[in-house]
Amino acid sequence: MSQNFRLENGGLINRNKKLSFKFNGKKYFGYEGDTLASALIANGVHLVGRSFKYHRPRGFFGAGVDEPYAMVQLYRNNETEPNVKATEQELFEGLEAKSVNCWPSVNFDIGAINNFLKIFLPAGFYYKTFMWPKSFWYRVYEPFIRKAAGLGVVSTKHDKERYEHKYEYCDLLIAGSGPSGLASAYAAAKNGARVILAEDKPRFGGSLLTSDVNIGNQSGDDWANSIISELKQMPNVVVKNRSQVFGYYDHNMLVMSEKVSDHLPKTKKYHPKQRLWYIRAKEVLISSGSIERPLVFGNNDTPGVMLSSAAKEYLKVYGVLVGKNPLVFTNNDSGYETAIEFKKNGINPIILDSRVNPKSEIIDEAINLGIKIQFSYVVIAAQGYKKVRSADIAKISDDKKKLGAIENIKCDCICVSGFWTPTIHLASQSGNKTKFKEEIDAFVPGKSKQNETTLGAANGVFTLEETLQSSFIAGQDLSKKITNNDNKISLPNVVEKKSSQHDKFWCVPMPEGKNYKRFLDFQNDVAVSDIEIALKEGYRSIEHVKRYTTLGMATDQGKTSNLNGLQLVSDIENKVIPAVGHTTFRPPYTPISIGAIVGREVGKHSKPTRKSPMHSWHKNNNAVFVDAGVWLRPRYYKQGKETLFEASKREAKNVRTNVGVCDVTTLGKIDIKGPDAAEFLNRVYTNAWLKLPVGKARYGVMLREDGIVMDDGTTTRISENHYHMTTTTAQAANVLSHLEYYLQLVWPELNVNVVSTTEQWAGAAIAGPKSRKLLEKLFPYNDVSNEALPFMGYMEADLFGVKARIFRISFSGELAYEVNVKSDNGNFMWEKIIELGQEFELQPYGTEALSTLRIEMGHVAGSELDGRTISYDTSLEGLISKKKDFIGKRSLNREAFTSSDRQKIVGVVPLDKKTSIPEGSHLVKDAKAPLPNKKLGHISASCWSVEYDNPFSLAILKDGKNMIGEKLFVMSPLKNKVIPVEIVSSHYVDPKGERVRS
Amino acid sequence: MLHIKCPHCGMRSQNEFSYGGDASVKRPELNKEITDEEWDNFVYNRKSLRGKHLELWQHLSGCRQWIKVERDTATHEIFNTYKAEEEIS
Ligand SMILES: [Zn+2]
Repeated sequence: MSQNFRLENGGLINRNKKLSFKFNGKKYFGYEGDTLASALIANGVHLVGRSFKYHRPRGFFGAGVDEPYAMVQLYRNNETEPNVKATEQELFEGLEAKSVNCWPSVNFDIGAINNFLKIFLPAGFYYKTFMWPKSFWYRVYEPFIRKAAGLGVVSTKHDKERYEHKYEYCDLLIAGSGPSGLASAYAAAKNGARVILAEDKPRFGGSLLTSDVNIGNQSGDDWANSIISELKQMPNVVVKNRSQVFGYYDHNMLVMSEKVSDHLPKTKKYHPKQRLWYIRAKEVLISSGSIERPLVFGNNDTPGVMLSSAAKEYLKVYGVLVGKNPLVFTNNDSGYETAIEFKKNGINPIILDSRVNPKSEIIDEAINLGIKIQFSYVVIAAQGYKKVRSADIAKISDDKKKLGAIENIKCDCICVSGFWTPTIHLASQSGNKTKFKEEIDAFVPGKSKQNETTLGAANGVFTLEETLQSSFIAGQDLSKKITNNDNKISLPNVVEKKSSQHDKFWCVPMPEGKNYKRFLDFQNDVAVSDIEIALKEGYRSIEHVKRYTTLGMATDQGKTSNLNGLQLVSDIENKVIPAVGHTTFRPPYTPISIGAIVGREVGKHSKPTRKSPMHSWHKNNNAVFVDAGVWLRPRYYKQGKETLFEASKREAKNVRTNVGVCDVTTLGKIDIKGPDAAEFLNRVYTNAWLKLPVGKARYGVMLREDGIVMDDGTTTRISENHYHMTTTTAQAANVLSHLEYYLQLVWPELNVNVVSTTEQWAGAAIAGPKSRKLLEKLFPYNDVSNEALPFMGYMEADLFGVKARIFRISFSGELAYEVNVKSDNGNFMWEKIIELGQEFELQPYGTEALSTLRIEMGHVAGSELDGRTISYDTSLEGLISKKKDFIGKRSLNREAFTSSDRQKIVGVVPLDKKTSIPEGSHLVKDAKAPLPNKKLGHISASCWSVEYDNPFSLAILKDGKNMIGEKLFVMSPLKNKVIPVEIVSSHYVDPKGERVRS
Repeated sequence: MLHIKCPHCGMRSQNEFSYGGDASVKRPELNKEITDEEWDNFVYNRKSLRGKHLELWQHLSGCRQWIKVERDTATHEIFNTYKAEEEIS
């Protein structure tokens, strides 16, 4: 295929580098610097997709971010990405893209039948039709809609690309590098301000690249280039292209998406594909320009109908003709600029101007060039199905209500200009209440809400001289406030052509006897008739009309449709536009990839991984790890071909018969110091703490103020004013905040300090009947006898020259100790324990065995202390002091907390002593009762009791206190299981607690 | 993302802080007889104001101090921040 629509020369593309690409399987060529859109148009391809609802043929409408149609499925480096705008995707060697929204192919689309049945698809069609019957949704409607409508296809493969996040601060963030962005950046940079200048396109300069102007004896794009080169040399300036500032959040936080590698065939090594910048700016300059408005007429969605500014951009930037027989339909002078560019390149355009007899320099130039102009003329309808072939045109009366006789003229494209809409999205996102500016029939930013200043076309200023002047001043003034420098920039000599007033005309009336579709929203297929229906049906608020018709709700967020939609509502309602109001703009301004939003926080990077100092030993000894909050803990140590079940049973059994060691480093540890520490603990825990002697540990339960159990653990009195608190692994951070809250805000008079020491200590739990014997070997210089170190005792000891803390506490219910040493010595301690434990048949055990041991002992943990249970429920009410007040005590007399059939922890054993009980199952009285079957309680934790060799579970059961001995059913609809069970005491093993004291 | 001035550390991003609710709520004194209503007002009942709101934040990933922030709940404007013990007029 040759590039029939490429000019011989001109444009900013690199003609020395030819690139090949494929579209819908067919091979084409373009040049470096092309977008996929410009390259396709150069090859005469105008049919790129099908519309969302009617599956009408779709081409190109714009040349950038405003493009509503040309979304393709992109294939790059063995990956695929949906909904890529062909107008934004830069061409690279080997690029492949396919049309979306069409099945089986873009040229023959089954969904296009909707187009001929369009009477069935008016506004609200989906709401009205697919509502009923309800059961049809899954089976019929959803699959139908998905097949017929869906946009692109999301890849289900793991995305191997790298996305980065970056945080940045600056004095001035300038969004957009057109004349206003360049001028303000330049002035601010000269004042020494730290400036970030962001441009979403690959090339800087915005409208300067395509307009016929002269600044200081340079052409627009030469001036832009010289300013950019100078800015790039300045150390206080960051200049970024391919970077879209898409969100303006609170406190001047803006987010920018930088497409680092999307324009390359493959992301370079160590480079991210995209980078998301979080920028906190002192001042924000919005120089986002404006987007041309379409004119509304029959079949205005036919491929070949496009914005006149886009046609000009294809010509001037890419050297591409969008047609060889163009018709320009305009209500202002912008259409003339496009026509003049055509004419300069040897093409003879025809201009239809809706205005009666406008006069300006540009119009004179067009006349002098011999361009054919018809005033008071409009396009009634485009003709042609897959591409414009001709246009029905007519003279229009001065009041724009009556049409003359319809004439048909041949053309291969229709370039429309309905004047300009300032891009006010960022200002609106900032909270700026925008105002309607009558002279330009569009909204402009009102009073600044945050530190934002809107400049140039985005502010409704459409002359270059005024734009440059106000932007130099804004850049100077805002930077002066920050840097105190005051360098004046004098305005260069500006040459531009003066324009005449645009015509307040935007929608061509429907000729009698015709019934064309006149589209407002090209991406969501919303036509004039849809808005009319919505209003007839009583929708008034623009927000409701928008949702009912889906106007402006497509991925382009109505960039080209918003104002025309408002015009229509205001015309029908006979209201002025400001009274209709416009819908709120929300970030992102343009779609952002999920990958960019997630950044590096994927997989293992989604949260930090914490490892104990003994981690490598575990790893070298076949530990299978499990995520425990942010910690990685050994779940079990695999021997041979053991399963999790077999290994954990072996490990737990060994604790019950010999001795085991478990890494408990992850337990939360808080160091508490100060003369009022005892008083503080007494207020924090439900039980009494004032009389705990030095060298003793005590188990404590703390509540939230609402009476719910917050956490449990042991706290040891190390010395007179020094305590060591332990918390559960999961609650460690919350408990510290909780303590800090009371010390800093509620009882600041208490002289107590708390600090987390979780990482400072490595911990090993040594549990089992032989644990004391092992301890004697480990601490030959210390007396660890039952008398010297009784249950809940504490001592400081010497582990072969390493200082250690020994706590005689037990989670397993066996005779047990917890040994702590400084983290650096953790591995030494662990290896000593393993070495000296050999003769006692010591085995390490993981979290699974740890759970088994605590469950069959009836010791509660996170699955019982689940934020819904009180002390009574977990049989911890014995620890509630009647004599003193503590956090949450006042809540305990709530009616529900004191009711006689209150839930309580119980043990659950299957009648067959074989069937394992799934955690989370419900307990019911009658397994065959009709649904909803009344739930009496739930299974909180399950294990295989190594003591009795049968399944055992803990449950929180209504009236659990009086249910011991009852027969109930466990139901797990998830696992499809019904298990008859008996309720037993939660203390299944050693109910008197003799072993821990032995 | 808000930008909060920690009175101890200076301007920091919201993601260093955790929110702690209404700062005007005062915990009843320990061991004091109070009505159910007073207790409920302390534990549960909050005004959920639109407008100026004095609230607690903890500078969790910083100095770990609980601070008071005067913020407009509708606009997120922050008028002032205070140390925990600071008297607010
Ligand atoms: Zn701080």
